Amino acid sequence: MPSLCLDAPAASRLDQRWRSRLEELLSVGMGAGADLVEIFVERDDQLNVLAEQERITSVSPALGCGAGIRVFKGHCDGFAATNDLGGPALLTALEQALGMLGLGRSAGASGWQGLAELRDYGSGKEQWLKSCPTVPDSAERLREVTAALARHGRHLQARRASYARDWQEVLVAASDGTFARDLRLHQTTGLTLLAADGDYRASIGRRDGRADDPDFLAHWPVEDVAMSACESAGRMLYADVVKAGDYPVVLANRFGGVIFHEACGHLLETTQVERGSTPFADKLGKAIAHPAVTAIDEGLSDNNFGSLAMDDEGMAPQRTVLIQDGVLQRFLSDRAGAMRTGHPRTGSGRRQNHGFAAASRMRNTFIAPGPHKPAELIGSIDHGLYCKQMGGGSVGPTGQFNFAVEEAYWIENGCLREDKPVKGATLIGDAVTVLPRISMCADDDALAAGFCGSVSGSVYVTVGQPHIKVDRMTVGGR
Amino acid sequence: MTSPPLVALDREALRQHMADGASRMGIATWDLGITCGNDTSVQVDRGEPKQLKARQSTTAMVRVWNGQGLVGITSTNDLSPPGLTAALSGAQQASAFGDAQSPPRLSPQARDPLTPLHHQPRQPALPMQTLLERLLDAERQVLNSHPAISTVPYNGLAQAQRERLYINSAGALRRQSTTTASLWLYPRAEEAGRKPRSAGAVRLAPGVDALDLEGCIAEATERTISHLDYAPIDTGVYTVCFCPEAFLDLLWAFGSMVNAQAVLDGISLSQRNSLGSQVASPLLTVADDARHPRHVAAPEFDGEGTPTRRLPLIERGHLRHFLHSEGTARAFADGSVATGHANMGAKVTLSPQWLDVEGQRGDSSLSCESSSGVVLVDSLSALHAGVKASQGSFSLPFDGWLLSGGERRSIEAATVAGDIRSTLQRIVACEGDPQCTPSGRSPHIWVEGLTITGEA
Repeated sequence: MPSLCLDAPAASRLDQRWRSRLEELLSVGMGAGADLVEIFVERDDQLNVLAEQERITSVSPALGCGAGIRVFKGHCDGFAATNDLGGPALLTALEQALGMLGLGRSAGASGWQGLAELRDYGSGKEQWLKSCPTVPDSAERLREVTAALARHGRHLQARRASYARDWQEVLVAASDGTFARDLRLHQTTGLTLLAADGDYRASIGRRDGRADDPDFLAHWPVEDVAMSACESAGRMLYADVVKAGDYPVVLANRFGGVIFHEACGHLLETTQVERGSTPFADKLGKAIAHPAVTAIDEGLSDNNFGSLAMDDEGMAPQRTVLIQDGVLQRFLSDRAGAMRTGHPRTGSGRRQNHGFAAASRMRNTFIAPGPHKPAELIGSIDHGLYCKQMGGGSVGPTGQFNFAVEEAYWIENGCLREDKPVKGATLIGDAVTVLPRISMCADDDALAAGFCGSVSGSVYVTVGQPHIKVDRMTVGGR
Repeated sequence: MTSPPLVALDREALRQHMADGASRMGIATWDLGITCGNDTSVQVDRGEPKQLKARQSTTAMVRVWNGQGLVGITSTNDLSPPGLTAALSGAQQASAFGDAQSPPRLSPQARDPLTPLHHQPRQPALPMQTLLERLLDAERQVLNSHPAISTVPYNGLAQAQRERLYINSAGALRRQSTTTASLWLYPRAEEAGRKPRSAGAVRLAPGVDALDLEGCIAEATERTISHLDYAPIDTGVYTVCFCPEAFLDLLWAFGSMVNAQAVLDGISLSQRNSLGSQVASPLLTVADDARHPRHVAAPEFDGEGTPTRRLPLIERGHLRHFLHSEGTARAFADGSVATGHANMGAKVTLSPQWLDVEGQRGDSSLSCESSSGVVLVDSLSALHAGVKASQGSFSLPFDGWLLSGGERRSIEAATVAGDIRSTLQRIVACEGDPQCTPSGRSPHIWVEGLTITGEA
């Protein structure tokens, strides 16, 4: 069978050869009176493969390219996007963005100094795309997973496994001299299964993801993941629906970190500070969480899903301590956020693609480990809930958050009752209330890959934490 | 970098290029779906412009059938001749991995006569400055409506032009142009010593001039203000009244119940033989009506070129029809035909277009104006996380009020949880005329026996 390789011709590369074209556009923008002009150019090559039961039912390649041009004047910005990378189309987009701010082309020279040397974060990554699994290889891997599910599971009505590859080349140029290029590779795997026995049903999902690692799929621990999912399905199939109420809660490590992501992380983005929709806007240097809580957002660690060599504004990422021992230290800031709120940039300007203006977004966000063992957290609870697997969540404009629990068990008299699984739980609350209630952190921190949707589209992130104890949370159920 | 595009959606040029390219590659059967758009939007912040956006976008999807009848697909946003050729080539390569068990075919209805939708003529795009002035004025009115409202953190006024095209090797050619405009206002209100509260309103219309700005402003402010005086609610089992938007959101989230592809995949709560069974209270009737006059930017055809139409789904509680693509209709082999709900893809998916809910009154003692001890659910949140469609369960945060003799007291924070099958069976009243929303229309729907969890 042929292998699918849709790499565009070398002439299409985004690199040094774009310098003069970009400088010309930036010069036009600055000559028109803009405070700052930024151009983001990308091309991408994606592949999605889906296996259902023993069959490959979908192979979907996608090719794309485009540019987003942003013009700043005062505290306002105009943004125009196009997927035509021809010179006239880019000029039209620039003029459109200028026109939004009442700026027009000037016949005079801008006096603009030009771009700095290209910072090429993409060098050494040129072979990544070709090193990724072929379609036959990925299809075979997915069939291994669905077969493993069939071996390990009972009452399985549907088995699905998926693989997605997103290769992206980006070039960022701005009138402050920024000129940077990167190649990025994100791959994800997922599996979902539905177990059914009469009226009893349980759907279980697992997802993993990794950045900048062409060998990711080959190292996917198929048997372990399938066994874990089937074990969860077996337990949850006949689980009782959780009884609604307020309980002390232990949240497991890895994807349990979604609670911090939703409850607090979004509220520490300057996007929220700008909108006046975070309760923490004036809390720098003040305690907003229990002293047990130290939280970090970073984009530097190798291969983690939210890691970046540079953000979508051409800035190298940082390790940003958000909360230290309960005290708020920093906000996550992008170019517009820094301009509008005064909080310095943190390399957090991110966007789904050229169609979105960058905004301050999380990268790898996690609660730091504490001194306890997970058993100590459980042992401190008479009657509570252990949340082993989390679903998705969201935060509203007033800071109220919620997230679904996929797999949970009762804790009774300091013991985890694996014989008492419960399903259908939703945790709700607001950040101001819940952060001081995170009273214990264990020493088993771990990260999990995920997707985060917000003003600048869907971006790759990781969430993470050790096991943590929340003294009291509202658990929605029946 | 890119070659000049073919004249924007020039049907003949596109068809000729596809036909020539396919012929060179030995491809006999193919189809092409394209969506082009021009969008502009503005956002403001306390009397000042904040961000203004414009976006030109193109999405094209090419499907080809190889000699074994297997399908391959590639999507691209490059409509230049080399871009389309690359997509054809990619789709041809992908066809080697097509699903042999249930490959889709061209829809036999893709060449059927199409009744154009004339009720929503295209509206001209307005200058961005006009959008900005109107949004600034709307924001000003919201900010002046109540001293507790100090910001409108989520706001926007947008307009979009869309061109859709479907062409296939059997001679089908569909084209549709639409325009839409939308306004959204979500104020944030806060009183001293109390939690901030927020609610909002959205309006959709074929053009900015047709938008109900005053209605949107009034609804956004009234809803937000109504949540200022809030109180916790005791956890327990309540009779719940879903506002039209909330009930439609719930139905959309469980759309797999009427989705033939989900039935075939074994992930629907329904089965092939579910047609005719009672899945809801006899008070409930639901149709999908893409062509409803109030459906803004209603599509004339789906991703396979099949004409859209009104399709009864549930009649007096009985399941009547599934949504079908060409492939699912063939697989069911029971006389079903494609219903105009397909999305083009390597695996064709199905989704509702615009739900039209009608109900019989039922228990007339239940009324938003006079009932007591019942919960009125205004809007549901986090449906992506709180709905388990294949399990049938939901547990969702909501904004709403506790009714007492028709008086409304906002609920501080709460979730509503249940099973969709029992929820539909426990509908005890449908109140009022159906109200239109962006996703459909519905009356207020009363359901007994749902669990509400209040935040302590």
